[in-house]
Amino acid sequence: MTKKKTDVRGFFKSLPKNIFSGFVVSLIALPLGLGLAMASDAPPIAGVIAAVVGGVLVSILGGSHVTISGPGNGLVGVILVAVATLGLNGTYAAIICSGVLLTILGFLRMGKLADFFPSSAIQGMLAAIGLIILGKQFHIMMGNEMKLPGSIDYLIAIPSTIIGAFSYDHAGFTYAAVAGVLALAIMVFYPKIRNKYFHLVPAPMWIVLISIGVSYFYELVLQQPHPVDPRYMISNIPTGNQIISDIPRPNFELINSIGFWGSVLAITLIASIESLLSIKAVDQLDPEKRRSNVNRDLKALGLATIGSGFLGGLNVVTVIARSSVNVNNGGSNRSSNFAHATFLVIFILLFSTQLTRIPLPALMAILVYTGYKLASPGNIAKIFKIGKEQLIIFFTTLFVTLFVGLISGILAGVLMTFVIHVILNKDLELFIKNWRKPNVLMFKEKKGNQHYYINVKHFCTFLNFYRLKEKLNAIPETEDVVVDLSLCEFVDHTVMENLSAYQDVFHKRGGHLEIIGLDLHGTDSEHPFALRRLIPGIPFLTDNLTKRQTTLKEIAQDYSLQYEADVKENTEVLDGFRYFQTKKIVKIYNRLFNVDDSFSVFDIHYSEGEFIAKEDVRTTMLHIKLEHSIPEFTLDRDGFMERLYAIAGYDDIPIDNHSDFTKRFYLLGKNPYRVQEYFNDDLVKFFECNSYYHVESDGVSLLIFRTQRTSGVKEIKKLIDFGNRLRKIVVKEALVAY
Amino acid sequence: MSYTSFKNIAIGIAFSPTLEANVSEAARFSCMFGAKLSLIHVGKRSDEKINIIDEYIGNCGESQLSYEIIFKEGEPVEVILETVKKYNIDLLLLGALKQEKFVKFYLGSIARKLTRKATCSVLMMTNPSIIRKPCKHMVVNGLKDEHTEHTIETAFYVAHSLGSNQLTIVEEIEQEKISIKIDDDQSLRKANLLKEKLKRQEESRVQGILSHIPSEDKKDIQVTTQPIFGQRGYSIGHYAQIVRADLLVMNAPKKSSFLDRFFPHDLEHILNELPTDVLIVR
Repeated sequence: MTKKKTDVRGFFKSLPKNIFSGFVVSLIALPLGLGLAMASDAPPIAGVIAAVVGGVLVSILGGSHVTISGPGNGLVGVILVAVATLGLNGTYAAIICSGVLLTILGFLRMGKLADFFPSSAIQGMLAAIGLIILGKQFHIMMGNEMKLPGSIDYLIAIPSTIIGAFSYDHAGFTYAAVAGVLALAIMVFYPKIRNKYFHLVPAPMWIVLISIGVSYFYELVLQQPHPVDPRYMISNIPTGNQIISDIPRPNFELINSIGFWGSVLAITLIASIESLLSIKAVDQLDPEKRRSNVNRDLKALGLATIGSGFLGGLNVVTVIARSSVNVNNGGSNRSSNFAHATFLVIFILLFSTQLTRIPLPALMAILVYTGYKLASPGNIAKIFKIGKEQLIIFFTTLFVTLFVGLISGILAGVLMTFVIHVILNKDLELFIKNWRKPNVLMFKEKKGNQHYYINVKHFCTFLNFYRLKEKLNAIPETEDVVVDLSLCEFVDHTVMENLSAYQDVFHKRGGHLEIIGLDLHGTDSEHPFALRRLIPGIPFLTDNLTKRQTTLKEIAQDYSLQYEADVKENTEVLDGFRYFQTKKIVKIYNRLFNVDDSFSVFDIHYSEGEFIAKEDVRTTMLHIKLEHSIPEFTLDRDGFMERLYAIAGYDDIPIDNHSDFTKRFYLLGKNPYRVQEYFNDDLVKFFECNSYYHVESDGVSLLIFRTQRTSGVKEIKKLIDFGNRLRKIVVKEALVAY
Repeated sequence: MSYTSFKNIAIGIAFSPTLEANVSEAARFSCMFGAKLSLIHVGKRSDEKINIIDEYIGNCGESQLSYEIIFKEGEPVEVILETVKKYNIDLLLLGALKQEKFVKFYLGSIARKLTRKATCSVLMMTNPSIIRKPCKHMVVNGLKDEHTEHTIETAFYVAHSLGSNQLTIVEEIEQEKISIKIDDDQSLRKANLLKEKLKRQEESRVQGILSHIPSEDKKDIQVTTQPIFGQRGYSIGHYAQIVRADLLVMNAPKKSSFLDRFFPHDLEHILNELPTDVLIVR
């Protein structure tokens, strides 16, 4: 009973933060919802309806914690096909049926469905969806809307549209193209500009705001008609009353046709895969490290999809980009999803007429960028690094999806993966004889530290990964696990990638997962996720240093530190810091460190957010390990951003007699009294009279950095100097205290 | 204390390249148990064959061994089963075949039929060798079954005869016993509590069996238990393979029906991929 009480209190305490986060998410959800619906050839409001219904139902019934639900980009391709073959009302019927199927999947506990698809095939499918979105919307973005038979034709027509854009005979089209290109530029350059005030509003909302601003500028200041051709403005955004009076009637007449069920299956397949992958990815971002109830979420998404279909909305899926924005803005439970839906309703009720002032090309630029992100060359390069065979799987799926269809595409990908596995092993028997065997053994070792031990026999690929996954899911993430693959003749990329994700989850929740027994397995590439066969491989090393690296080496000698250029994947020392709770560390490299590793400067690459909201940051940090414990705190320069967070529930800790310090710095901590006690005159003076750094403590060590880019050589010297002096003061204080 | 003692041991022999290893192994086993060895050959009697076998047995230096060579023609499985009954054989030895590419063993079709139909205990040897390799670690099943107590007691007898000093009793608990489906942190916690409870139950059951065994039998043998959640029959084999056990002791299967070939359970899994030497106690 008491536990329940504190839960309720915690809920209300975190409510302001969640409402704030829901607000930021709604800023990105509004333009995305409109754009995704239009890209699917549905009325723009359909996307917003899906987001609202999804937000309300999934937040009440769902089983995940920080996810946001709404219309998904993966579905654009299939819904396009559905609208073309079934008509709009037939599509609503198909959406309702797919909702029913999704609910059934949830009840049948088919949350593991997504595990049966090889990673590279899923990547290929997503890239194909990206190209479908990009191909179609690119022409609208350039003011050259057209109707072509196949999705591949749209891609082929892109060059001619670009050339044609310079010679429109009607200025309205040219302005449309200008609006589209400018909006695309905002999407592309937004993550590159790291300005706090600019980042308060997500990029898609900037496009909306600027578009509406320009429109009013023409109307009120220049008193001219809008230069963009009226055909390229968003039309028919209904008001709240109209939405209710114009609810479409789903057309179930085609329910006996094969085409109808083909669409239903495709929609269900993509909706479940997209949702499951997103939930998995968002779980890793959750600062409280909770485990989502996937099957319950599927049921909720299914019900929401049924509701949305009846109200004239699109499918409801869990969406990664919006969810990551939610996490980054402090969303901590499902109330933020609810808040996002509420704000969307408010927007539509208050501003539905303003929304018609947005040029269509500007909105479509958001989708072109989304499509590009799905099919970006960077993704392909990443797959190539893992191995050439993955590229074959990727392109098979991609091309079959583009030329034939989504379901054929993913099936071709699965088949190709299997064929490649058989060819690589030159052994079909291995798979056929063993795939039904319960080849995973797990037990808790009775000796020693009581580790969980998992051993896998024969082979471990996407075909039987679900068995291993079942066992892994049955272990609390706070435990130590050893996964022994030495009896496996073959381990594929899908398994390696998923195991690595498990490793991250165990790490973040205080456990440990170790993979052993792969030392004798050969790989064709050096990528950690490359598939592995039982054949000795040849290690590969590089010692080609850049100029900065050679200078770093010299600095290391000056300060009698050691230097190591290699990438270090093991970043557990940083997991304790609040700063990294919602960020994903990619790697640490160029390390300068002293003998016992207590003082180390390193370049770090981490990412915030996922997908189109993803921002990669490379910076330089200093980490000092202390021999005594200190209170946990975060010290940052007082700024606008922090004041905003303060509204959302964080408190600045004031330090008595140092009002200047309190004014200039923003100090956070779990235990304000201990922090106040800890910040004595010496420490405060030190921070006051030295140049500014972001300083964070996780209780046993300090993390110091300044910029959100890699530091130059001079800056590194300064950083080392600052760190050395700070350490002296902190150590001195410890001596006084004890 | 009720255990099967092995006084009459039999081996079916064919004149194949593994003959010497099989014969040496059988002779050694018989001596360790102080049993009489019957070598059953399905085929015509000839002096040449007798000479070869005499020579092999002479080579392995077990001089006090009493043995008999039985020649009989007919269908191999039938013949061997008949002989087992007629001569009151307690233990039938079978040699497993080795898969060529990898170090994996499986039973030939004759041996497979014999294990299913034999009325006595059966020992499947994965790696018969001319030179003796010691049997140090034994894994025994601790299934919830009326036969289990008998099997465990026999295992102690075998361990003493073979000089094994480590014996692990594996309690296989079927996954289906965990009625709670794991969805989130809360159900995971509940499922783990249930697992602990099941483990304790199994543990106390096995300890109960162990308490019936006289302490002199347990002397010099280190006994451990290991609960495992997994598919019956398969996981114990997997476990024996991982801990590199030298002998796996199992209950005899209740009854093998036609369907079992398609839905392998219990013993069928072990016969498909022999993890190590396997003794089936009847």
